[in-house]
Amino acid sequence: MITLDNVHKSFGDNHVLRGVDLHVARGTSMVIIGGSGTGKSITIKTVLGLVTPDQGTITVDGQDVTKTGDRDAFLARFGMLFQGAALFDSLPVWQNVAFRLLRGSLAKPRDEARHIAIEKLRRVGLTPDVADRLPAELSGGMQKRVGLARAIAAEPEIIFFDEPTTGLDPIMAGVINDLIREIVTEMGATTMTITHDMTSVRSIADTVAMLHGGKIRWTGPVSDMDSAGDPYVDQFIHGRATGPIEAVR
Amino acid sequence: MSFVAAIGRTVLGFLAAIGRVSLFAWATLTHILRPPFYPREFGLALLNIGWLSLPVVGLTAIFTGGALALQIYAGGARFNAEAVVPQIVAIGMVRELGPVLVGLMIAARVTSSIAAEIATMKVTEQIDALVTLSTHPMKYLTAPRVLAATLVVPLLVGVGDIIGIFGGYAVATGTLGFNAAAYIQNTVDFLQLRDITSSLAKGAVFGCLAALMGCYFGMNSGRGAQGVGRATKGSVEAAAVLILAANFVLTGVFFSL
Repeated sequence: MITLDNVHKSFGDNHVLRGVDLHVARGTSMVIIGGSGTGKSITIKTVLGLVTPDQGTITVDGQDVTKTGDRDAFLARFGMLFQGAALFDSLPVWQNVAFRLLRGSLAKPRDEARHIAIEKLRRVGLTPDVADRLPAELSGGMQKRVGLARAIAAEPEIIFFDEPTTGLDPIMAGVINDLIREIVTEMGATTMTITHDMTSVRSIADTVAMLHGGKIRWTGPVSDMDSAGDPYVDQFIHGRATGPIEAVR
Repeated sequence: MSFVAAIGRTVLGFLAAIGRVSLFAWATLTHILRPPFYPREFGLALLNIGWLSLPVVGLTAIFTGGALALQIYAGGARFNAEAVVPQIVAIGMVRELGPVLVGLMIAARVTSSIAAEIATMKVTEQIDALVTLSTHPMKYLTAPRVLAATLVVPLLVGVGDIIGIFGGYAVATGTLGFNAAAYIQNTVDFLQLRDITSSLAKGAVFGCLAALMGCYFGMNSGRGAQGVGRATKGSVEAAAVLILAANFVLTGVFFSL
């Protein structure tokens, strides 16, 4: 469904992506792992068109993402949970969740949009009384859940999760992992997740790709990850300070 | 040679900045004219830029008008021209001080707040989130603010002009012994339509510049708290300098031709 072919991206002298090749099949959950600063977020942002690659092609269902005629319709297929939730602090929670449903091509009547927002909040374990609060009044875990509710509000086909459990306590991280897994299964969505958290990888992933040195170092089913036989993957998943990946970068 | 190269780099950098701001202004204009429109954002911008700026504009204008009356009276007394207070307060407030002081107050209050808000949104990935939610940041954030400032700052300038003249009137009639009815009559008789239209036109240009600089610096902010701080500082500096430069040009256009 999503294919990246020889994708390169540099920022000045910093060559972040040096030929990424990746394929995510429809209805599967792909998790990208890799050290900080290896270009995981940039990879996702190139698919969404937030960052334009210098070289290579990215296709979604065979369509080149840099040549989408109707950008609104193209982006309507995606949902994204940002690392810091990226909620709009000037809007109450329900308007954050229903943002896409209140404007643009997917606009619905205000009452209906609010009803859907409250349903989605309930789906991520938040009570309706949260709906009228401002994001700044919520804890980090609650903000992540609101971000998750916003990502799924318009029932997108493709969902991206950028470090969904970073900054959360282990129990809340477990809750978010379970929610992602359940929601993805229910909706049949295709997902790409970026994480450092190996518990997340094992809970969420169907397939895993490891990004290192601007390229995909290894990719395969999550069940094969422990026996990948790749020293880079082995060092990363076991969190060893010594190995082929330099600890000081 | 390195000195010449440094001058060259500075000039090229300056020209590139003018180019970037011009492209940004053009993009803003096209987003103002093309749907979708965001009336709620426009309404909030009108409220924030217009209504909520009234207290600071009013206070600035009343004190400036009062001080102007005192200065003109004291200065005029040197050549027996104390009677010109109403006329000079009116022309000084309407042609120059009203639009410039309101413009600078808007740069301080509105430009800084727009730049800090948008820069923080950028740093916290809210701008990226807007894009993923099929909403163009220029259309949702920049277009409503720039349009609202262009429309509402002339009204603020008009209010500032009136309050400034009232400040002069209060001082002149309260402490300088002017006759109230004669003061108002002199003010009304002396002001021309061109004075008022130039004042309001300056307000529209200053409002547009102030909001545009806030949005430009916010959208191009660097990372972290330092990036937000730099964007805010740069936006106010640029807005204030551009407002004063535009005032010089517009004064030339309106009154030298």
